[in-house]
Amino acid sequence: MSDDAVNPEEVRHVAALARVDLTEEEVDRFAAQFADILEYFETLDEVPAVDREVDLVNVMRPDETRPCLDEALRNAPETEDGYFKGPNVS
Amino acid sequence: MSANIFITEETIEGDDDGPLAGRTVAVKDNISTAGVRTTCGSKMLAEYVPPYDATVVERLKDAGATIVGKANMDEFGMGTTNETSHFGPVDNPAAPGRVPGGSSGGSAAAVAAGEADLALGSDTGGSIRCPAAFCGVVGIKPTYGLVSRYGLVAYANSLEQIGPLAPTVEEAAELLEVIAGSDDRDGTSREAVDDAEYAAAADGDVDGLRIGVPTELLSGADEGVVETFWDAVADLESQGAEHHEVSLPSVGHAVEAYYVIAMSEASSNLARFDGVRYGHTAEEAGGNWNDAFGRTREEGFGDEVKRRILLGTYALSAGYHDKYYKKAQDARAWVKQDFDEALSEVDVLASPTMPVPPFELGESLEDPLKMYLADANTVPVNLADLPAISVPAGETDGLPVGLQFIGPAFGEEAIVRAASALE
Repeated sequence: MSDDAVNPEEVRHVAALARVDLTEEEVDRFAAQFADILEYFETLDEVPAVDREVDLVNVMRPDETRPCLDEALRNAPETEDGYFKGPNVS
Repeated sequence: MSANIFITEETIEGDDDGPLAGRTVAVKDNISTAGVRTTCGSKMLAEYVPPYDATVVERLKDAGATIVGKANMDEFGMGTTNETSHFGPVDNPAAPGRVPGGSSGGSAAAVAAGEADLALGSDTGGSIRCPAAFCGVVGIKPTYGLVSRYGLVAYANSLEQIGPLAPTVEEAAELLEVIAGSDDRDGTSREAVDDAEYAAAADGDVDGLRIGVPTELLSGADEGVVETFWDAVADLESQGAEHHEVSLPSVGHAVEAYYVIAMSEASSNLARFDGVRYGHTAEEAGGNWNDAFGRTREEGFGDEVKRRILLGTYALSAGYHDKYYKKAQDARAWVKQDFDEALSEVDVLASPTMPVPPFELGESLEDPLKMYLADANTVPVNLADLPAISVPAGETDGLPVGLQFIGPAFGEEAIVRAASALE
């Protein structure tokens, strides 16, 4: 990617990273909008370095095994033997 | 006039007794209700039925409230006008033909139209205060950590809070009292503030109150909005308050910092919608995982959600992280510092909630940047983790204008008291 205005190829690349298919019409529209929005975001360059009062910490609970609830499968389109069933990985 | 306020109308009865017995509440449709569809205003979750209640829903039921429906909203909370909902826009009961504001537009409209006594919304960058201002009702964005987010479908975790909407300041404070308090199921909820009495603070006593008015939050605002704002400040001064102008130079960069952080968090949070465990699945979901994943998300997400996921992915991608995300975190730290300094000299800060009156339906849809800039006065509060309230301040050209009070962290009583003096 370059620092120049966003081109359709970059939009397609980011969409592929994010796993969102786009139509050609969406690619063109987003390319034009992203150029404006990212140019606006670039004003963050003017922000001075600031001393943070506190360090960032992760907030996580212990990773413990718990019984699987049948209810967790209720919204899944496909299940098998108490597991979610998804598409082939490759 | 009130059409399309609810995505799902269903009565969920609470306990027989409690502080909200006999009261009806509309709940924003990104807050989980066991056995009742929770869509987030998205095709992606159009048929999703959560197996559990959010903590705030449990607390509503324990308090005796009756939930009357799941309120319409911008898709996944992404929008300032309530027009990005898959289920269509809501008309503003207080200004027909105009937007109710977003993203908790259905919740504010339910209260304004009298379809519920009270409502719950969520506020990531102004999503409670904006619709409160546009619909002429009261909305509170609590201090980050005061209200549990367990069961809130996450969009930008570090910014969002659930909060109340109501016709009056006292009723909003009463609802806040019910939902506030620590929760061991939410690691970001705080313990220091259980058992506060917010409703009692709505006593209208502003004698000696020191109000700071950040000049940056007035520049660029609509003339009629500014005039209404100053009339309200004059009203408070006639009741014994005093105001002086303060400067918050950092807020000039708050909107871009907010959107970079919110979009980055959204790109990560919304990765869970892959069509495998819940949510929409593309009909032609053949092929491998990536093909099915990409097609499901193309079909399930609307424009604004795709825009934010892609921009968030871009901001976090190799080579751009330091340029956008890291700088946005610097700006966030600067905003916090600015607010802390200002609030060490005054009791509350005041500004117009929205710099403009409610848009006409359809007016802002084609220009996302214009919509983002409308959030200039609300997003700094979320970056600084502070509490704020929007209270009706009057009208300009017959359209509602909201006034926002911002308080120090866990200073909900101060903003409730100040706002109650304007009623």
